[in-house]
Amino acid sequence: MIWQLDLILLIFVVICAIAAITVKDLLSSAVILGAYSFFMCLLWVEMGSVDVGFTEAAVGAGVSTVFFVAAVYNTTRRTKD
Amino acid sequence: MIGQIEDVIIQTFCRLIIPFMQVFALYVIAHGHHSPGGGFQGGCILGASFILLCVAYDIGEAKGRMSEKLNVMLCSLGVIIFGGIGVVCLILGANYLDYGILHKLLRVDVPQARSLGILGIEIGVGFAVMAAMISIFLNLASRGEHEEAIEWE
Repeated sequence: MIWQLDLILLIFVVICAIAAITVKDLLSSAVILGAYSFFMCLLWVEMGSVDVGFTEAAVGAGVSTVFFVAAVYNTTRRTKD
Repeated sequence: MIGQIEDVIIQTFCRLIIPFMQVFALYVIAHGHHSPGGGFQGGCILGASFILLCVAYDIGEAKGRMSEKLNVMLCSLGVIIFGGIGVVCLILGANYLDYGILHKLLRVDVPQARSLGILGIEIGVGFAVMAAMISIFLNLASRGEHEEAIEWE
């Protein structure tokens, strides 16, 4: 538990979360969501919860990003709003 | 996306890295009960290796390795392993998924029986999660057709 590292990772998590919901391109949004999952995984591992971090790295950053990208390729890439 | 781009760098790299991913996934499943990891994470990594094959080559090539029928059978096999171990415990006179009673069947002492029981559960969960991930990806990527590539719109 190093609180400086925690703070840096938390800032990255917040930046990625805000960017993922404000960006107009859905493909970029999916990739930024993958980056958010990866920073969340780093934060969890740093805080000592290795098992949850491992699950987040395998499912959140790995597989669900592929699912989002596949869904975006089958629908439109631009948001309406 | 799938089957339209033929890139020798991507294909060679995927061919090199997929066996290591699968060995690592088997390690995660087999050591799930005394280190981080387990059936769900290992199954996800196994499914991700297959998804990588789909993305680097195409769906036809990947389905030559694992057909739709085999995929559904593996998914059901995982559920049967999970439920079967629980029902065996129930038949032997303990609660559902109470692995300690398996020492009568396996002829080992109780802690060893618990360790082997949770290993069987992890293997079942790994099979089911791997097949479910592959199935979700194939249905999403090909609009349920399971055949051809997706065009960019």
